[in-house]
Amino acid sequence: MITMTHTLPPALQADNIHKRFGSLEVLKGISLTAHDGEVISILGSSGSGKSTFLRCLNLLEAPHEGRIALGGEDFKLKRLKDGSLVSADPRQITRLRASMGFVFQSFNLWPHMTILENVIEAPVMVRKTPRKQAVAEAEALLEKVGIADKRNAYPGHLSGGQQQRAAIARTLAMQPRVLLFDEPTSALDPEMVAEVLNVINGLAEEGRTMLLVTHEMRFARNVSTRVLFLHDGRIEEEGTPDKVFDDPASPRCRQFMASHR
Amino acid sequence: MSFDTGVILDNFPKLLTGAVLTVQLVALSGLGGLALAFPIGIARSSRRPWVRALPWCYIFFFRGTPLLVQLFLVYYGLSQFSAIRHSELLWPYLRDPYWCALIAMSMNTAAYIAEILRGALQAVPRGEIEAAIAVGMSKGQILRRILVPRAVRIGLPAYSNEVILMLKGSALASTITLLELTGMARTIIAETYMPVEIFLAAGACYLAISFLMVRTFKLAENILNRHLRHAR
Repeated sequence: MITMTHTLPPALQADNIHKRFGSLEVLKGISLTAHDGEVISILGSSGSGKSTFLRCLNLLEAPHEGRIALGGEDFKLKRLKDGSLVSADPRQITRLRASMGFVFQSFNLWPHMTILENVIEAPVMVRKTPRKQAVAEAEALLEKVGIADKRNAYPGHLSGGQQQRAAIARTLAMQPRVLLFDEPTSALDPEMVAEVLNVINGLAEEGRTMLLVTHEMRFARNVSTRVLFLHDGRIEEEGTPDKVFDDPASPRCRQFMASHR
Repeated sequence: MSFDTGVILDNFPKLLTGAVLTVQLVALSGLGGLALAFPIGIARSSRRPWVRALPWCYIFFFRGTPLLVQLFLVYYGLSQFSAIRHSELLWPYLRDPYWCALIAMSMNTAAYIAEILRGALQAVPRGEIEAAIAVGMSKGQILRRILVPRAVRIGLPAYSNEVILMLKGSALASTITLLELTGMARTIIAETYMPVEIFLAAGACYLAISFLMVRTFKLAENILNRHLRHAR
């Protein structure tokens, strides 16, 4: 059995990701390997490239260099005239994206659909799950994130915290292999942060593989198995939460941790 | 000056048949224009320049020239080509002022609706599209399930405005012999020499029609945009 775990491909692997906006190089070669069950927090000051990196992983952003693999399957990429890399295979990328949950800072629920419709949309349209089954699964998920009573409400009628929990339920409905969180609590009023972090914490305890870009330092420390500190488009520090928070080798990371206590 | 209500009452049935034709022209050209506008508007909002070019030309022409000129071009212009006069498929329609008016009005309004649609498509927040991309929806699914339903809701008030403008534009169909509301009013005036009474009555008919249209669109808006009601 031990040898089995070694032969399993990593859940998500990214090699040498480069990204530039115009002449500004935002990512200068970032590599990351996430094994099943790992929770990796990505920290750094704004402009360090952490959100861009996360968005490159499911090609919401087109990187200029690099390799990405999900569960050992390489993303098929082609180069555009402007030098950026986009998917070379529309069928493959939609399939891979369906297995990578992405939670946005601004929730991005579809406002013309009810919460339940938001959650069943992708299972029904993309996974071709029978509607009845999708509804049953969606109701269980809404129960899990604590907003079952809001199933027939529209997103505009919910608080920010409720909307983000609905967005997490929408992501979970696709039964993704990896979950990517892009500053999930940054757009929330302070009193709503905890309810969202509780949900994310529950997912971590289930053993889900997650990448988390956040400014919630204490939460990152508690929930993560590994922490990355990004600075100026590079990984400046990487290790266990205790090491990165208490004993970082990099002066910049030390300074960042001191100012975010 | 005396005001003769009797002449209005006597000729009201005639005006009503004109009004029915007006409503028919506006409703059918509104639907025809809408159907035409979808491919034009979607192509117009494409990021590829060569896809955008043709709808751009179409919109440039139909917004840049008067509806009256377009009506004349279809009604008088097309019949100059003997190929059209001898076409068994086209001539039965193009010799008929009713069809000419419908064609010109549909094509004209399609240009405006396409621009409304383009604006509405571009007004859909990027994040909602990214959310659809991120769950693995294909381009076609995103268009059908997210973009178009959102754009229809965003563009509906502007579209209702365009239909009202078309209602008034339909008066031009009287210039190619159609006896819609304005055409009928002028015919009655030619017989009665009572322009004030008859034009007032015709104006009242236009008001009534536009009132009903506004109410209908308001109802549609309330149903389609119920997610905005009491929104935070």
